Amino acid sequence: MAETDLSPAPRTSTADTAPGNASAGRPTTATAATTPPRRRRAPRTPGRHGGNRPLRVILRLAVIVYLFFLVVWPVSLVVLRTFAPVGDTGGWDAFVTRISDPAFLYAFGLTFTAALWAVGLNAVFGLGISLLLVRYSFPGRRLLSALVDLPMSVSPVVVGLALVLAYSSNQGRFGPLLQSLDWQIVFSTPGIVLATTFVSLPLVIREIVPVLEEIGTEQELAARSLGAGAVQTFRRITLPAIKWALVYGVVLSLARALGEFGAVKIVSQGASFNGETATLLVANRYGNFDEASAYAAAFLLVLTAITALVVVTILRPKEHRS
Amino acid sequence: MSITVSGINKNFGDFVALQDINLEIPSGQLTALLGPSGGGKSTLLRIIAGLENADSGSITISGQEATHLPAQKRNVGFVFQHYAAFKHMSVAKNIAFGLEIRKLPKARIKEKVDSLLELVHLTQFADRLPAQLSGGQRQRMALARALAIEPSVLLLDEPFGALDAKVRKELRDWLRRLHDEVHVTTLFVTHDQEEALEVSDNIVVINQGRVEQVGTPDELYDQPANDFVLGFLGPVTEFQGRLVRPHDLEVFRQEVPGAVAGRIARSTRVGFEVRLEVELNGSADAAPVNVVVTRGEARALGLTVGDTVFLGLQAVLV
Ligand SMILES: Nc1ncnc2c1ncn2[C@@H]1O[C@H](COP(=O)(O)OP(=O)(O)O)[C@@H](O)[C@H]1O
Ligand SMILES: [Mg+2]
Repeated sequence: MAETDLSPAPRTSTADTAPGNASAGRPTTATAATTPPRRRRAPRTPGRHGGNRPLRVILRLAVIVYLFFLVVWPVSLVVLRTFAPVGDTGGWDAFVTRISDPAFLYAFGLTFTAALWAVGLNAVFGLGISLLLVRYSFPGRRLLSALVDLPMSVSPVVVGLALVLAYSSNQGRFGPLLQSLDWQIVFSTPGIVLATTFVSLPLVIREIVPVLEEIGTEQELAARSLGAGAVQTFRRITLPAIKWALVYGVVLSLARALGEFGAVKIVSQGASFNGETATLLVANRYGNFDEASAYAAAFLLVLTAITALVVVTILRPKEHRS
Repeated sequence: MSITVSGINKNFGDFVALQDINLEIPSGQLTALLGPSGGGKSTLLRIIAGLENADSGSITISGQEATHLPAQKRNVGFVFQHYAAFKHMSVAKNIAFGLEIRKLPKARIKEKVDSLLELVHLTQFADRLPAQLSGGQRQRMALARALAIEPSVLLLDEPFGALDAKVRKELRDWLRRLHDEVHVTTLFVTHDQEEALEVSDNIVVINQGRVEQVGTPDELYDQPANDFVLGFLGPVTEFQGRLVRPHDLEVFRQEVPGAVAGRIARSTRVGFEVRLEVELNGSADAAPVNVVVTRGEARALGLTVGDTVFLGLQAVLV
C-alpha cells in the first residue's frame, strides 16, 4: 500500500510553516531554509529579567567574585605552587622528576584502577537502577530513590567505617568466609574499589533519571508497536536519548572517584606501595614536609578532572547542553 | 483486517476505566472512537495495540487471536497525540525504523521510505530532525512511520489534538483522502464530535468506560440511542420536556396548531446563523429554549428581541 501514489495533494501551505520554527518569522539565508542550523541558544533578546540591567550586572559580578575566591583562586595557587622553585630546583623539570617517582606511579595507578572499576560498576548499575526507578512502579520505589542518594549525604569517613565493619576479614559478617578463601577486601585493593564505588554511586543515576523522565515512554512504545523488542528498543531509542547524560554522569563519577579521600583513608593501609592512592599520597607527603610532591600530585588530580569535564563539554552536542 | 473486541474490562486500582467493551471494527473502514476526555478511549486503543493489558476479555486482529501477543508482534500502526517522534533520528530514519527492525534489504527500505515521504509530502524534509518540523509535519511523519510496516490496522490517538485549528482541519481532510486511497482498517480517537462526524465511516461513542452507541455518523446524529449521545454530538435544548436540536425547531409569527407561544429574550448572530433564546409563556422560571435559524429566516420573519413568536417542532420530527 505504501507504493500507492497519493493523488489528492493536501494543501500543505500552512501545515508546512512551523509556528515554533525559529526560521519562521525572521529572514534566513537560503541554506538555512533547507538545512537549518542546529538549534542555537536563544537569540540575544532582553533576558528574562528584561529591562533590569543593573541587577543583571550585579548578579553576574557577584557570581564571578564568589567563584573566583572559592574555586579559581585557590586552585590556581596549587598550580602555581606546583611549578614554583623550591631551593635551587623547580619548574617543569623538578615536576617531572617528582611525578616519575615509583611511589607516585604506584599511587596514581591504584587511583585509576579503583576509579575505573568504580565508574564501570556505577555506569552499569546506575543505568539499571535509573531504568528501574523511572520505568517501573513497585512498592518501595521512593525508598530506593532516597537510598540511592545516601552515599552523597553520608560522610565518606563513615562509609569507610561501615565498609570495614561489614567486610573486614577479622570482624565482618563475611569474615570467616573471606578468611577461608584467603581473600582480603578491606585493607586491600577491593576495599578501595568498594569505597570509591560507594561514594560515587548516585552521580550516574542523578544524571540519567531526569532525562528518562523527560523523554517519557511514548518513543519507546512507538518503537514497540513498530516491531522492536525490549533490547532493540533500549539500544535504538532509550540509549541514544540518555547517552549524554550517561557520559556526563560517568565523567562526574570519575572526577569524584579520583578525588575520594575519607573513605579510602579508612579502608586502606595507606602506605607507600601498599594502598597509597593519589589523594592519600597528597596527604602523606604534605604531612611529611614534602609539600612539593603533594602539590605535584594535587595538580595532576585537578588536571585530570578538569580535562575530563572540558572534553565532555566540547564533545557534547549543543542541544544537549543545559 | 477487522478488529474484534470482546468483553474487555480494565481497572486502574479502584477506578473502572473500561467495562465490558464489545466491538466489531469493520475492515477497511475509518472508525472514530468518540467520547469525552477521561472516558477510556486511549486505554481501549492501547489495549488493542498491546501497549496496555486488559484485566479480562480478548482482542482479535484480522482474525488472529492477539490478546496475549506483545505489541511488537501485532503489526499494528500506532500514532500518538504528541507524535512520539524519535528525536535523534532524521525524518527518513524515523520512517525506516520498522523496516530496519524487520531487516528488509537496504535498497528496498530506501525505495519504501521514498514513496512514503512522497505520500505524506515530506520529501524535501527527509534529512531534517523532528525538532525542525512543525507539528503537522511531525504528525505526517509519524503516520508514514506507522504505515511503513504495512500494518493490519492503523490506530490513531487524538492525532490532531495538539495542532492548531487550521492545520487540524487540513490534516483531517487529508487523512480522509489518504484513507480513501490506502484503505487500511483505521480506528482513530477523538473527543471532537465534528471531527468524528466529518471524517469517519463509523462512530463508536464511549463514555465512562462504556460503549454508548455504534453507528454511522448519520445514524448517530439522527437516531441517538440516548440523551448522552444526542448531547455529545451537537447542541441540544429542552422543548416541552423533550431534548431536541436547536435547529430542529421552527419559528412562526402567527399562531399555528401545535406551536407554543414565547418571547425572544436574546438574539445572537454568529456568522450565517442567528441563535435565539425564547422564554415560553407560562414557564418563565424554566430555562429558555434555544433556537437556531438562518440569518435569512430571521430577516424574513423580522425577529427582534422582545417579539412574541410561536415555536414548533419541524414537521419531519413530529
Ligand atoms: N496508567 C493509568 N493509571 C491510572 N489511571 C489511568 C491510567 N491511564 C488512564 N487512567 C485513567 O483512566 C481513565 C481513562 O483514561 P483514557 O483512556 O486516557 O481516557 P480518554 O483517552 O478517553 O481521555 C482516566 O480517568 C484516566 O485518569
Ligand atoms: Mg486519551
